[in-house]
Amino acid sequence: MTEHGIGVSVKRKEDRRFLTGNGNYTDDINRPGQTYAYFLRSQVAHAEIRGVDTSAAEQADGVLAVFTGADLAADEVGGIPCGWGLTFQNGDPMIEPAHPALAQGKVRHVGDAIAVVVAETKKQAKSAAQLIEADLNELPAVVDMKKAIEGGTLVHDEAAENTCYDWAIGEKADVDAAFDGADHVTSIDIVNNRLIPNAIEPRVALAEYEAASGDYTLYTTTQNPHVIRLLMGAFVLQIPEHKLKIVAPDVGGGFGSKIFHYAEEAVLTWASAKVGRPIKWTAERSESFMTDAHGRDHVTHAELALDKEGKFLGLRVQTLANMGAYLSSFAPAIPTYLHATLLAGVYTTPLIYANIRAVFTNTVPVDAYRGAGRPEATYLLERIVSKAAREMGIDQVEIRRKNFIPSDAFPYQTPVALQYDSGDYEATLSAALEAADVDGFAARKEAAARDGKLRGLGYSTYIEACGVAPSAVAGALGARAGLYESAVVRVHPTGSVTVFTGSHSHGQSHETTFAQLVSEQLGVDFEAVDIVHGDTSKIQFGMGTYGSRSLAVGGEAILRAANKIVDKGKKIAAHILEASEADIEFADGSYTVKGTDKAMAFGEVALAAYVPHNFPHETLEPGLEESAFYDPLNFTFPGGCHVCEVDVDPDTGVVDVVNFTAVDDVGRVINPMIVEGQVHGGVTQGIGQALLENAVYDENGQLLSGSYMDYTMPRADDVPSYHVSTEETLCAHNSLGVKGVGEVGAIGSTPAVINAVVDALAEKGVTDVPLPASPQNVWRAIQEAGA
Amino acid sequence: MATVSMTVNGNAVAADVEPDTLLVDYIREHIGLTGTHVGCDTSQCGSCCVMLDGDSIKSCTMLAVQAEGAEVTTIEGVADNGEFHPMQQAFHDNHALQCGFCTPGMVISAIDLAAKNPDIDEAGVRRGLEGNLCRCTGYHNIVKAVLAGAQAMKG
Repeated sequence: MTEHGIGVSVKRKEDRRFLTGNGNYTDDINRPGQTYAYFLRSQVAHAEIRGVDTSAAEQADGVLAVFTGADLAADEVGGIPCGWGLTFQNGDPMIEPAHPALAQGKVRHVGDAIAVVVAETKKQAKSAAQLIEADLNELPAVVDMKKAIEGGTLVHDEAAENTCYDWAIGEKADVDAAFDGADHVTSIDIVNNRLIPNAIEPRVALAEYEAASGDYTLYTTTQNPHVIRLLMGAFVLQIPEHKLKIVAPDVGGGFGSKIFHYAEEAVLTWASAKVGRPIKWTAERSESFMTDAHGRDHVTHAELALDKEGKFLGLRVQTLANMGAYLSSFAPAIPTYLHATLLAGVYTTPLIYANIRAVFTNTVPVDAYRGAGRPEATYLLERIVSKAAREMGIDQVEIRRKNFIPSDAFPYQTPVALQYDSGDYEATLSAALEAADVDGFAARKEAAARDGKLRGLGYSTYIEACGVAPSAVAGALGARAGLYESAVVRVHPTGSVTVFTGSHSHGQSHETTFAQLVSEQLGVDFEAVDIVHGDTSKIQFGMGTYGSRSLAVGGEAILRAANKIVDKGKKIAAHILEASEADIEFADGSYTVKGTDKAMAFGEVALAAYVPHNFPHETLEPGLEESAFYDPLNFTFPGGCHVCEVDVDPDTGVVDVVNFTAVDDVGRVINPMIVEGQVHGGVTQGIGQALLENAVYDENGQLLSGSYMDYTMPRADDVPSYHVSTEETLCAHNSLGVKGVGEVGAIGSTPAVINAVVDALAEKGVTDVPLPASPQNVWRAIQEAGA
Repeated sequence: MATVSMTVNGNAVAADVEPDTLLVDYIREHIGLTGTHVGCDTSQCGSCCVMLDGDSIKSCTMLAVQAEGAEVTTIEGVADNGEFHPMQQAFHDNHALQCGFCTPGMVISAIDLAAKNPDIDEAGVRRGLEGNLCRCTGYHNIVKAVLAGAQAMKG
């Protein structure tokens, strides 16, 4: 292991610019002649647009143009596309309504854009927007999913019962038979609360058109610039790739919400050519709340069949999944292929049936948010398993051990499509039990009781599927894109290295982790490796960063390109050292001829590649640059055990997380410091979902939790310090053995917290607590149980 | 328009601005220092924190004209000739930042907190940073960094 190699907590390359105010976020970029956009948004959830009068706004000071949906339609601008197609159970395609970038005909959620004003200053654009007269005929809104499918007003005329699709996995008859033969059935009703991702950097777009060349540039806060280029260029604006550059510079967090192609990006790019000047739009936080895709929002009824020993026989799940008012880029896949396929969890449940019905409502579109489907699956499983244990009088740890997929059973084929390649759930469980000092819990509970607090302990043993995905599998499941990653490794004449990656870092520390990889692989100094990302004019191609895929897919692509560099170097070394290529060995940055003391340093080979004075040019090209596209063979399957200990104040309902332990198996760890940081952040978002965060709409579709005054973000004094560690089993199908860490914290933690709250309140007769376990919800659960 | 003058990071600056210009917009758009960030519109996130006459304040919650004649330090003015301030060093050493967006405000708040409470403990740090949101780190490493930075500042 070298000082900066694999397994070392190398300090980050990114830090200096961020710590000194020299980051380059999209809103920090300004272009000559720049103008500003302001979007007029619907303040009602559902209305017919009778007319939009922009004449007064057009005459206002500083205004260059005002555009509406009619202008986009006249120019044949396409709607915002959806990147994943699902089917009904009978094979019919899902209902995929048009999603105009500026509303046409109707507005369908609070925040739906009606018009855009372009002006010399931000203030002028905003002021002029108030002069637009939108004649809206308000219609009844539908917010609740059950009402939506039971004859509520239609969000889209073509979607009967507001249903986007009604999809199922598993053989229902077989599962029903397992239930008929069961000794015990546990059932649970869950509302998986709607969350708002809230990256601290709001979305920003800055579009520029150069008339002389016909080139467009869009600077935007995205996690995947090439995906935006594809979706916007090919489907919305018909701009070919070579005329459209997407730059995603430093991006201030994403958590999924910056994967998607948003209307503002297309409107600004289109309008920049109309106006002939660059246009910038910076979301106000209130706009983020009502336009960034939300997450979760499932209503589920689940049943678990068990034999008398507590062995799982079958699982039956019925879920309504909220799509919001339009289909966001990957929304249809989240409750199906990233949720229903995870319902085996870490258990040997032989029979599983899940029916997922996706529902349109007059709310902000819902799509992937950190974990995306897998937190919902984990929450459902870990709650119902804990409930079953309690009902049957089985220990919480015992019921899990009894049903674990054993560590010698891999590869393990689940009944819901996935094949797990590796894992050791007993290892993460027993490490977590020790780290959480579960043996000492009874004494701590007694001590808490003396302070008038109810202490509870909750577990979650989870798995997730990430490193998305094999393109062939994704394609078979309805993905309209491939899910590989690409990399170019460019070795410069003096031996320093620039890596161009299709992955995108918005907090993940790629500049450090990827440099560690390349440094170790090529034997070059860590400081001599730079990572470039986030610019379609520099990077050959990329699918971007989401689904914890950067290292397992993007890192593997880099590794493969680096291996090609090593191989090319062998050819060069063989030529110069006058040896057979087969006799050249490469290790620790040095090429040697087997069995001799003849050697060339990596840097010397690099220089030779660019000073090829006597190369045999028919067989050896000059230069040292290689490219790789890597398409994985399978998903990766991180898993682990989270243990949460809470104190509940029975008088106020306030829940205090007093200990939180996470032991995760994320495969090989490149940089432990960075891995632990990812877990800390994910766990905090999971605790946020469990205790604090909740997107609330009233029945008219008004978003009541539309600011940081109303939507409870976890703050430093809401959470404790954590005990975080890892246990390694290697991914069996990538050469690094890595699995991914971006989402595990958010996936594993939420049910551990709620199981702990239920455990604390068990003596009060409470069997369930709704998400989030706010003081009000907890207090009410206590009162209802005691009534 | 009003001419607003102040000292930012030791330099005298002046700009003609609309009277309703926020201090953060004055700093970002008129002075051109983009290290100070805007993350919300309700004075909740703390990304815009700067030091003003020795106190950490939210620059989105103050008009530029109110800061006339003030001494302002932004994140760009915290390091000393390229040498990290002890708090910046502690953030680096403890991996207390990921995407970096909240970091400038967080560092400014932390410096103020540590300067005024040199013997601060974990609970004090958590309470003291209650006005700064971070969505990436879960605060775990920020708290470690602020405790370490506070110790280093004493030295």
